[in-house]
Amino acid sequence: MTTVETASGPVQTMVLNMGPQHPSTHGVLRILLELDGETVVKAVPDVGYLHTGIEKSCEAKTYSQAITLTDRLDYLAPLSNNLCYCLAVEKLLGLEVPKRAQYIRVMLTELTRIASHLVWLGSHAIDLGAMSVFLYCFREREEILNIFEMFSGQRMMTSYFRIGGVAVEPPPGWQKAVERILDLMPGRIQEYEDLLTQNRIWIARTKGVGTLRPEDAIALSVTGPMLRAAGVAYDIRKVFPYSSYDEFAFDIPTRTESDCYARYLVRVAEMRESLKIVRQAMAKIPPEGPIKADAPGIVPPQREKMKTEMEALIYHFKIFTEGFAPPPGEAYQTVESPRGELGVFVASDGTPKPLRVHVRAPSFVNLQALPQLVVGRLIADVVACIGTIDIILGEVDR
Amino acid sequence: MEIADLERHPAVERLRAWNPRAAEEVSESRGEVAIGVPRELLRGAAERLRDDPALLFNLLSDITCVDRFPAEPRFELHVHLVSIPHRARLRLRVRLSGENPVVDSLLLVWPGANWMEREVFDLFGIRFEGHPDLRRIVLPQDFEGYPLRRDYPVEGPR
Repeated sequence: MTTVETASGPVQTMVLNMGPQHPSTHGVLRILLELDGETVVKAVPDVGYLHTGIEKSCEAKTYSQAITLTDRLDYLAPLSNNLCYCLAVEKLLGLEVPKRAQYIRVMLTELTRIASHLVWLGSHAIDLGAMSVFLYCFREREEILNIFEMFSGQRMMTSYFRIGGVAVEPPPGWQKAVERILDLMPGRIQEYEDLLTQNRIWIARTKGVGTLRPEDAIALSVTGPMLRAAGVAYDIRKVFPYSSYDEFAFDIPTRTESDCYARYLVRVAEMRESLKIVRQAMAKIPPEGPIKADAPGIVPPQREKMKTEMEALIYHFKIFTEGFAPPPGEAYQTVESPRGELGVFVASDGTPKPLRVHVRAPSFVNLQALPQLVVGRLIADVVACIGTIDIILGEVDR
Repeated sequence: MEIADLERHPAVERLRAWNPRAAEEVSESRGEVAIGVPRELLRGAAERLRDDPALLFNLLSDITCVDRFPAEPRFELHVHLVSIPHRARLRLRVRLSGENPVVDSLLLVWPGANWMEREVFDLFGIRFEGHPDLRRIVLPQDFEGYPLRRDYPVEGPR
């Protein structure tokens, strides 16, 4: 217990340890809350419980092997991580990815965004007491994970994007599966909105809660839906386009209230925008064409060629035994992940293993803003504020 | 980009106008412009880059470090900046010696530097002068060593 000065004189405060096992902390986040009654006086987040040394492990793997580790960063958006890492290495190599692979990547990362936002919406809603939304969201997310399984054989740890393109040819009948989602989702998103947007409890729990001024958000390096809910239309897909995003027509939803409710509206609107992008990408993906860059020595040769051509066999052997060595230098690539600006920094010293791989995790940086959001509010609002940042501890702790 | 164009990059020009030594090396590779800043000028350069109306690098994107062990100076601090109004990106590079890896904190320029600097301190052992809360962030407080240094074995100390 300590004593703090308030407007009504000195009061005794108490320190409450929230987490690391508290269900609303979405994993293993610990927050030391200093409380005056039920009001938060000070909040100190404590992270690191899930630190697995992924950046160090990358230095012991070849460039291709490290892709599998990127899935495990933000495990709700593995394809965004795959994409960012592959783009960074491709930048290092100066590799041009075929348009067909680029559109497939765009389509799948946008589906990832929808799936990730669904988990966010479901868990945020259950934190605030709306049980049914959680079940509906996970029902639709499962449908999207089925598509990932079709493409890559994996529901979550896909590793489907590879350096120079995508792993395998899209499966037969993928158009039908994606089409189904596109037809299904608008109605389902409307369902969530019917349950929440005008719901008096939802509004009472989120409106005016956890406000952050836009200038503070920028100063704290906050990005993604949190920044856009503060009225700053900063979206990497538009500002620094990658993977042919400049060929797609979509809007950046923004709000100006910058509270939990505004962030909810921004994310719901983003799901609708993502559907628009998926639809355009589907139309753009040609039925046939290369899915990998033409770069012998970097991109593994086709299975058939490897079995029939000597040269292809040698490349295959070299890629899988020693890897490839990009020229010395550095590359920093950012993408708009569902949580904000995801950055991968890769430094090469001219050997087949990276000198350094660094991940700029959006939720690690965004979590810094938590004390700003909760100080002066009630403990119950802390739950709403953690949810609204949309943290993934795998990415925060790495 | 040609060398001459790089010398005319607005950030380089403004920094040199402030202090002729501020942009000691300028390079461009893979579409990314990097400016080498001497250690003692980092804070001042950061303030100019944030406030100069022609630059306005208001968003600190990332701070990270590369260990070039056994070369000396072994550490390279990379600071990635974004100017939202001008849609520009820039990287600052600061070289730090292995003997005494200390640099001024950027916390007062961009409050978002707080956890980024703590992470670099935690994993590389680089000290940020003026940081009010320089504790380990992802590792336990009593952890010994700096695991992302190149002379720290991947499988941990034996």
